[in-house]
Amino acid sequence: MGVDIKQYIAKRCAQELTSGVVNLGIGIPTLVADYLPKGKVTLHSENGILGVGPEPDPNEVVVDPETIDLVNASGVQPITALSHASYFDSSLSFTIMRGGHLDATVIGALQVSETGDLASWAVPGKAVLGVGGAMDLVIGAKRVIAAMSHLSPKGEPKILPECNYPLTAKNRVDTIVTEYAVFKFREGRMYLVEMVDEVTLEQLKEMTPAHYEVAEDFKVVKREEVGEPALV
Amino acid sequence: MMNGTIDQIQTGVEFLNADEAIQRIPEGASIMVGGFGFPGMPRHLSKALVKRTELDQLTLIMNSLGSVSTLNALFEQNRIKKVIGSFFSTNKELVVAYQEGKVEIELLPQGTFTEAIRLGGAGIPAFFTPTAAGTLLAEGKESRIINGREHVLEQSLTADVAIIRAHKADKAGNLVYKKTAQNFNPAMATAAKLTIVEVDEIVEIGELDPDSIVTPFIFVDIVVKREEV
Repeated sequence: MGVDIKQYIAKRCAQELTSGVVNLGIGIPTLVADYLPKGKVTLHSENGILGVGPEPDPNEVVVDPETIDLVNASGVQPITALSHASYFDSSLSFTIMRGGHLDATVIGALQVSETGDLASWAVPGKAVLGVGGAMDLVIGAKRVIAAMSHLSPKGEPKILPECNYPLTAKNRVDTIVTEYAVFKFREGRMYLVEMVDEVTLEQLKEMTPAHYEVAEDFKVVKREEVGEPALV
Repeated sequence: MMNGTIDQIQTGVEFLNADEAIQRIPEGASIMVGGFGFPGMPRHLSKALVKRTELDQLTLIMNSLGSVSTLNALFEQNRIKKVIGSFFSTNKELVVAYQEGKVEIELLPQGTFTEAIRLGGAGIPAFFTPTAAGTLLAEGKESRIINGREHVLEQSLTADVAIIRAHKADKAGNLVYKKTAQNFNPAMATAAKLTIVEVDEIVEIGELDPDSIVTPFIFVDIVVKREEV
């Protein structure tokens, strides 16, 4: 997946986020921060901060493992804090996440099913040694936006009738954003709401084995026109 | 008058160096270790733990272990029986030890991990959470529908020892933290029989604003000041 495609997916995800408190996962979701409307969306990070600011100037920050005390959820990358920021311990951080207080999360996905199941943390046949905070994030956030490439690097579909990878959570995905399309889950059913003009409905269907309907508000967009974030 | 002057206050908290503090850890102990990546990781206590080579058959309860952790030596030296935490994928030594069957890994979602420690310290032995319901990590665990939603029964966590890091301690043993270096440290302080904390600075009683104290001295047994490198 090229850089432009990742940036497009991030940009399109940002359009979904017009206000509130959001947690961005690792990977494409991290890029979403650059496209958010300034001042309207506050970012939470599970290592204990509400009000994440931009990355510091790399020339001005020295990452000393002995003394560094402000990082993102990678545990090692320095960040800054905005003027309304607060710090807290992991218990409170996961109270925010699991307790249903986050307005949305954007999370990377390996697979999503037509019932909104998400698989994002493990691949069958490999030792499963890490889950992190993904399960708590997805179980609690009011909206779960899956930011993902439409197909796997091998060209296999990732939006399926059922996930065959280990699940992160069942029935929790609200929106899927890929380089070709946006799907939304409404009252338990999956709808195609947006598609880029590079593909036809038939081609999209071929890449998307999950059962979905074309929404009444469906529209075709040009990728280059999905520019600035929505300012509501 | 019941309350003494500052010089008369004794809380029983001890002030030792890292090696002396680590000497107090019993063999085969379960040890909680604070930190999320670099911030809040008790690096000096970890070094002292690695140095005390007769301590083995240990259980480590820590969220994650990065590829550059001081504690990796414990796996190379085959001193760890089990680890409990949420993210170990990126640690080569641990992955190898696991594949060779030398170490057991119990994986918990991070929020379940931190809540298990909080409740362990609070005297509540188990809890239902919606996290992980219907997933691989719920297999073998009791589940129950509560308010129409599936929940998993998780056991709380306590330990023989917690080694944690804070920013400052006063001479009573009260602790304050900095920024994202709190993470698991305050909860771990409450959940172990012996809590050893490494701090940047020790100040006089009265110098910490009581409103700012996150961990009251009752949860602290030993304070170690980090030596200047």
